[in-house]
Amino acid sequence: MTEDDLDRNRRHFLTVATLVTGAVGAGFVAVPFLSSLKPSARAQALGAPVEVPLGSIQPGEMVRVLWRGRLVFVLRRTEEMLAKLPSIVDELEDPNSEEVEQQPDYAANETRSVRPEYLVVEGSCTHLGCAPLEDFEVRPAEGWAGGFFCPCHGSKFDLAGRVYSGVPAPTNLRVPPHRFVRDDLILIGQDSGAA
Amino acid sequence: MARIEAEVGKPQGGFMKWIDDRFPFTETMKYHVTEYYASKNFNWWFVFGVLAMVVLVIQLVTGIFLTMNYKPAAAEAFASVEYIMRDVEWGWLIRYMHSTGASFFFIVVYLHMFRAMLYGSYKKPRELIWLIGMMIFFVLMAEGFAGYLLPWGQMSYWGAQVIISLFGAIPVVGDALVEFIRGDYSISDITLNRFFALHVIVLPLALIGLIFVHIVALHEVGSNNPDGIEIKKNKGPDGIPLDGVPFHPHHTSKDLVGIIVFLMIFSAVVFFAPDMGGMFLEHANFEPANMTATPEHIAPVWYYTPYYAILRAVPDKLWGFILFAMAVVLPVFLPWLDRCRVRSIRYRGWMYKTALTVFVITFISLGWLGLQAATPTYVMFARIFSVLYFAFFLLMPFYTAADKTKPVPDRVVYHD
Amino acid sequence: MIKLKNLAGVMALGACLLASQAMAAGGGSALTDHAEIDPDNVSSLQRGARNFMNYCSGCHSAQYVRFNTIGKQLDLSEEQLVDNLMFNAEKTFETIRSSMPAKEAARWYGTAPPDLSLMARAKGTDYVYNFLRGFYVSPDSPTGVDNVVLAGTSMPHVLWELQGYQAAHFEHHENEDGSVTTSFKGFEQLTPGSMDAEDYDEFVRDTTNFLAFIAEPIRQDRRKLGVWVIMFLLFFFVLATQLKKQIWKDVK
Repeated sequence: MTEDDLDRNRRHFLTVATLVTGAVGAGFVAVPFLSSLKPSARAQALGAPVEVPLGSIQPGEMVRVLWRGRLVFVLRRTEEMLAKLPSIVDELEDPNSEEVEQQPDYAANETRSVRPEYLVVEGSCTHLGCAPLEDFEVRPAEGWAGGFFCPCHGSKFDLAGRVYSGVPAPTNLRVPPHRFVRDDLILIGQDSGAA
Repeated sequence: MARIEAEVGKPQGGFMKWIDDRFPFTETMKYHVTEYYASKNFNWWFVFGVLAMVVLVIQLVTGIFLTMNYKPAAAEAFASVEYIMRDVEWGWLIRYMHSTGASFFFIVVYLHMFRAMLYGSYKKPRELIWLIGMMIFFVLMAEGFAGYLLPWGQMSYWGAQVIISLFGAIPVVGDALVEFIRGDYSISDITLNRFFALHVIVLPLALIGLIFVHIVALHEVGSNNPDGIEIKKNKGPDGIPLDGVPFHPHHTSKDLVGIIVFLMIFSAVVFFAPDMGGMFLEHANFEPANMTATPEHIAPVWYYTPYYAILRAVPDKLWGFILFAMAVVLPVFLPWLDRCRVRSIRYRGWMYKTALTVFVITFISLGWLGLQAATPTYVMFARIFSVLYFAFFLLMPFYTAADKTKPVPDRVVYHD
Repeated sequence: MIKLKNLAGVMALGACLLASQAMAAGGGSALTDHAEIDPDNVSSLQRGARNFMNYCSGCHSAQYVRFNTIGKQLDLSEEQLVDNLMFNAEKTFETIRSSMPAKEAARWYGTAPPDLSLMARAKGTDYVYNFLRGFYVSPDSPTGVDNVVLAGTSMPHVLWELQGYQAAHFEHHENEDGSVTTSFKGFEQLTPGSMDAEDYDEFVRDTTNFLAFIAEPIRQDRRKLGVWVIMFLLFFFVLATQLKKQIWKDVK
């Protein structure tokens, strides 16, 4: 090789090496800036799991709580409400909770809950996010077995948060991660580990 | 034939041709970068313009990410800065880069301006570049001032109180002007919000616009060099200045080295001494603004202190303000105050060299004095140095005309 | 070239003068001892955390400091945090709040006890260290004490059980113009505390160390990262220098 060739090769190598180092450096610099967009310690603190004491909830009664700024329903179902659940399976879009996104494993059952007595679902219609209204009164004449009714576009959900067929909402109401800390205390936002 | 000539030097096909048919991309790259010829004998004084652009980018990017978390309300501002420092992931780094960048912006700009004084870069035909540059300097001072109020610490509040009150010295309109600037009867949440708008939008836009024009004006006449020679006077048969090298790749590769050294010093400060002993992040500013208690010792941030020292040296409020303003504005007139036929200090006589040395000592001393409490001794020294500061400019027409110069060579002095 | 070196030297000297002056300027404290804290000493920081929660947090909040930050940097488990440091907080993500309501505190003491999150950065660690050692008996004061570092302080001598009480001796010197300069000469122990002077200083040092830590919890991490950044830039510098030399090789 001539000296010129050596020079050209060396220059090429150095150029590539410098550019690559620069790109790596730029990547390193990008990390802090992009990471700063993640939820901060304050957001994580404010988004911490929420405790819901169950002692004062009567059978058939529902409480609303906020978790991470989202509405969550905690409904204490009566024996009659639970008995109704299998009977309307034909009218439901996803009676067996096969859409895995909509509930954790421990709620992919007939009652969509950890314990049958308590239903924990997000109060957000899976159509466009309106808050469904509770309508637990059974009206056989109308064919209404009790559940949730969304006033925005008329979607209907049963007493396990399962969506009826033929309504705008495509999927069942979401079940958030939750667990029983004690028999009379639910923690919403966490399903395992220490509080 | 005309059609073919117009296409010479441009991509003949493909993606770049599509772009170039619709946008002057390749010709702009040639004019401003690959066929912009600057002297081969630049020394490190010539890196500060590029460094100023690097700092600008640092301030803009870190500034954007700070505004995502900062709250420009008096009740929340201080806490939001602590939120950034503690709760936002990597927020501390973004904050320190921004506070360090502010100080480094002034270090770089002062050195950049000093280069012009060494090599006569403000002389014909570059007076306009200098004027635009001085406007950039004024906008930068305003930008720093507005930014310093935002953390809403003790020094933020009281420093702003003192400086804004200065404008009250102006006869007739003074008090109304002060109220107009504040938007309120005292510095308040209202003032903070508008200073936020100034700092984040108005002044950065002005800065970017001025910097763009600054570079266009520079490229129109070409860069100066340490010998002060016009390299365009000696062109080769191909029309390229004999002493010139294309900006890319020669000056880009050289500037990259300078940028990396700068980043090393910058990082050393950010990671090991972001407070800089209280000079970059003042101690008093770690206490939230308290309208009922003035800190023991108010001083502006170090980069304003040379001018602040001059202000305090004058016993009269109005004249102090006038001389302070004059001190800031006087450098504007350098292209016309400087009567020397020769640009570069390399070929000037002993008078200018002495004057410039005295000026440097004066400027730094005034800066130091501006940080101290105004004791009688310090005020006396500030007066002496203030006189020297003004003398440098006002006597310049005389000593630059009288100065003996050395003959300027035709070609630049370059050693490998 | 010599001219330029001179100028550069002058400017560097000027910069050093500026920096050193800024660091020297501290404020006229009578006690001028140095805190000499060791931010890397985790045991000292843990003791300081204990001291702070036991003696300071009753009146002073540290509103920007989360317990889980303390736990993470001081090697404390969640259990240790809850059992030893968290008195009126339940969750580790909570911040240090004092039990004393701010409005009442202002009424009782004349001024609200300041939040201590940033005190070490605002006043410096030497100030904090000397303040806690600077209380002396003063019969005229509503709390019975005054402080050589902050004359007229509304703070009582919270650590009196540990340090005991001391008296301060001042010297009064009349100047030429008739004014009087008072200078602090030293302390005299009046009643002993449970700790001797050396142990008490160590106690205060640990507490100061903790206050310095909460003023900037990220400090140690930042310095560690800085080393890597500079090393990377050094490597980049070598490459860039070689590239520049290669590109400029043919320029004469």
